[in-house]
Amino acid sequence: MTSDASPSINGAARVTTGKVRPHQTQNESLVFEKSSPGKRGYKLPPLDVPAIDIKALLGSAAREMPAALPELSEIEIIRHFTRLSTWNYAIDLGMYPLGSCTMKYNPRVNEFVARIEGLADAHPYRPDSLAQGALEVIDLLQRCLIEITGMDAITLQPAAGAHGEFTGILLVRAWHESNGNARRKIIIPDSAHGTNPATAAICGYTVENLKSNADGGIDLDALERQVDDETAALMLTNPSTLGVFENQIHKIADILHAKGALLYMDGANMNALVGKVRPGDFGVDVMHLNLHKTFSTPHGGGGPGSGPVACKAFLEPFLPTPVLVRREIEVNSPAPESWETVGDDQPAPLFRAPVAEPNSAEDPRKEHVTLCWDYDRPKSVGRVRAFYGNTGMFIRALAYILANGPDGLRQTTEDAVLNANYIRAKLEDLYELPYKTPSMHEVVFSDKRQAALGVKTGDIAKRLIDYGFHPYTVSFPLIVHGALMIEPTESESLEELDLFISAMRSIAKEVEESPDLVKSAPHSTRVSRLDEVQAARKPILRWRG
Amino acid sequence: MRYLPKSPDERKKMLAEIGAKSIDDLFAIIPEEYRLTGDLNVPRQHAESEIIDYFRAAGDMNATGYTSFLGAGAYRHYRPVVIDALVQRGEFLTSYTPYQAEITQGTLQAIFEFQSMIAELTGMDVANASMYDGSTGAAEAVMMAVRVTGRHKAVAARTVHPEYREVLATYAKHQGIENIPFGYDRETGRVDLAALDAAITSETAAVLVQSPNFFGVVEDIPAIAAIAHAKGALLIVSIAEAVSLGTVRPPVEADIVTMEAQSFGVALSYGGPFCGVIAAKEQYLRQMPGRLVGQTVDGNGYRGFVLTLATREQHIRREKATSNICTNQALVALMATIFLTVYGKEGIRELAEHNMAKASYAAKTLSAAPGAKLLFDKAPRFHEFVLKTDEAPAVWNKRLMNSNIVGGIDLSRWYPEMEHATLWCATEVMTRENIDKAASVLAAAPVEA
Repeated sequence: MTSDASPSINGAARVTTGKVRPHQTQNESLVFEKSSPGKRGYKLPPLDVPAIDIKALLGSAAREMPAALPELSEIEIIRHFTRLSTWNYAIDLGMYPLGSCTMKYNPRVNEFVARIEGLADAHPYRPDSLAQGALEVIDLLQRCLIEITGMDAITLQPAAGAHGEFTGILLVRAWHESNGNARRKIIIPDSAHGTNPATAAICGYTVENLKSNADGGIDLDALERQVDDETAALMLTNPSTLGVFENQIHKIADILHAKGALLYMDGANMNALVGKVRPGDFGVDVMHLNLHKTFSTPHGGGGPGSGPVACKAFLEPFLPTPVLVRREIEVNSPAPESWETVGDDQPAPLFRAPVAEPNSAEDPRKEHVTLCWDYDRPKSVGRVRAFYGNTGMFIRALAYILANGPDGLRQTTEDAVLNANYIRAKLEDLYELPYKTPSMHEVVFSDKRQAALGVKTGDIAKRLIDYGFHPYTVSFPLIVHGALMIEPTESESLEELDLFISAMRSIAKEVEESPDLVKSAPHSTRVSRLDEVQAARKPILRWRG
Repeated sequence: MRYLPKSPDERKKMLAEIGAKSIDDLFAIIPEEYRLTGDLNVPRQHAESEIIDYFRAAGDMNATGYTSFLGAGAYRHYRPVVIDALVQRGEFLTSYTPYQAEITQGTLQAIFEFQSMIAELTGMDVANASMYDGSTGAAEAVMMAVRVTGRHKAVAARTVHPEYREVLATYAKHQGIENIPFGYDRETGRVDLAALDAAITSETAAVLVQSPNFFGVVEDIPAIAAIAHAKGALLIVSIAEAVSLGTVRPPVEADIVTMEAQSFGVALSYGGPFCGVIAAKEQYLRQMPGRLVGQTVDGNGYRGFVLTLATREQHIRREKATSNICTNQALVALMATIFLTVYGKEGIRELAEHNMAKASYAAKTLSAAPGAKLLFDKAPRFHEFVLKTDEAPAVWNKRLMNSNIVGGIDLSRWYPEMEHATLWCATEVMTRENIDKAASVLAAAPVEA
């Protein structure tokens, strides 16, 4: 630990407080500052092959100067990262009502099964015959997601939601091209996520903004006027970023389809729909899902995610390469039993595992492939990622679906919507509700009343931290000035919701009585508000020894 | 449902507070004809023990216990136990992108450490907080070079990972970026410098090469950089095997380095999640895609970290953003950061040296099998090598498979000119015993008809 740090750096003043302070406020240097030459956190086994001469093998391509990586012992590594972890807020600590982000409980069994050796150690280029377990998992997840969305086909290759958008719009483009004209523009409502216009742009489309109507929804007349022969698609989030279901959705689809344009749905808010209604039934042609939102895979401080894209049958030929197919080759044993035939009362497995011992000479896997990757896809948009996607996330999402079943998935959606409406009912007397339309899984207030007293949504958010909550999403969607976007998810108990509501009510009172207290929040954290202007003006993006 | 923290009575009470008669009232806005009336056709609710049984069966069905010589962009390295112990802490696992800096300093400082380590390893000035993977990172790097130079052509070596090149083709196609391949020297397996020089024009924004390349051969980066820079093109170096930086000279002449960091403690997991990253010279900072964490101070002058330079990003710039990327690979980047801390300055070199030693022994031993020959044997290599065989790879590999060994990958899948050639990899976890076993299978077994 450096003791000669400059005053602007965590330094002596904090170090001297030592153990008196809890971990949350304890000083912890950068890992580089804890390094001393000669310390070791590893031990390699003795080399069982002849040693090599690096210089002789690599010549001028050999590394001369070692990289200045830190040198620490194992206990120091555990403490360093454990201490850092205590500076984070997390779902495991309490409510995390970030609107649009669906911060729900991340079940621990998901983590457990994703680390099962046969799945975690599988090399992506192992022969399909030795990857049948991974392929069965992928196949079952694909079938579940197709059923949940009401679509016909799916790719799991995209690595995140924005990557899914990219893939979905490429499908749109490829289909239009196959009809002779890629078309020129994508229409995007002003309430959309920033990724939507960014995606349309990188797919080579011009973005045309669609102004929302007085209810925050799609203005059908405006849409009718705007859609023309050069419109490739409308990118629609449903429920919208206001948490409102577009109940004119079928008319929206009709307007688009009448002009040969497609309806793309951003599935970020699918947690409001699962088990209650299916996008494929209300006219959506192509959509993405966020497994890290709706299907409980952990956000991990910003990733990894997974953004499957589901589509109608007419877009299937354009899906990224490769696609998973089931082929019966030299079938000596019965085909795997599909899960649809397994009734409630049967404890049968979801699929039939091979009968033979794994390593026997008669192992059917060596001859008999049922699932395999198909690379012969002449109309495909191409690859969007190496290999097959974030398989580790597929395992977690499937574990979540299995834990829920159809009844659990429906109840989950109902509870998510119930929670949001409960918060709305308990706060709408103190916080301005700009749109009175019924809320689904999230509610969007504005800071209009508080801003009149000089306190903005960002201040209220920071003050929530002092009450033990993560802030809601601040200043989004853009169509609400000073937005407070609250998505509780189904994972909050009535007790936690009441605590949150009481915190929000208390802050509203503070805004009136002692606004400076709110404006200078947070007061309970290890660091106070950070200087973002300085960070951007003179960027320091790495440690230098 | 065990994840839902509400009793039936609590649900009733909440509905009453809202003023709804039943839960259906809250879904009344959905047109009736679209509302589902029955159950989704998905598997029934399963107990935790059943879920574990299901995935164990899937794992067994995948077949474990095979010795594998597969590499080609996904590498099996030992993963120190502390990695999973730390990344499974709920504070890391279940937190979001660190927009609220005061309560996400843990993630922010860890990412700052990640950026610092990647910059140190690659010899670049700055690195971002991660990309989806090496393939999308390479495509984003080319788009970045197009923005920097204002030129609209890219030339990519055929020795870049074939799937990376496929992803680049998908991205480039719709942005008017012409993507031109160039070849390699059949003797050395390295970039054909004359072909490279011929491919670059005054319209070329970027030259994309990989080192070690797809054949495991280390490229002559200074020579490639001189050719690229002479014509005003940026040099992008893709690194698919990050551990190589322990012994291989960093590509300091490059303008942008794009790397797949899976080798730094990330499970193979049948291809993902992995961890891409883009590093670059400081002058190109404002054209970088993805998140960046910067150091700053709080109101009391204490050091802290924030997401910075967000004006490049989609949530601010919308259609004018440098990329549409939002989610990155933060938790996987954390795995890499912990891995690099475990090995440290000396360990990463020693680890890389072990990889080279194993591969060197494997190349020598396996190329001694009847009918086998080592290709590109004069060029510097890291831990992969190409064998040319008299027999077809399918025949060779079948003999190995019968002894529970997965042999090298058939290169003709991507390189039609490389008939009967296979790409092999041996990392530090490969044992001499298994290399010798593979060699004896190839030497002893009769050639099958």
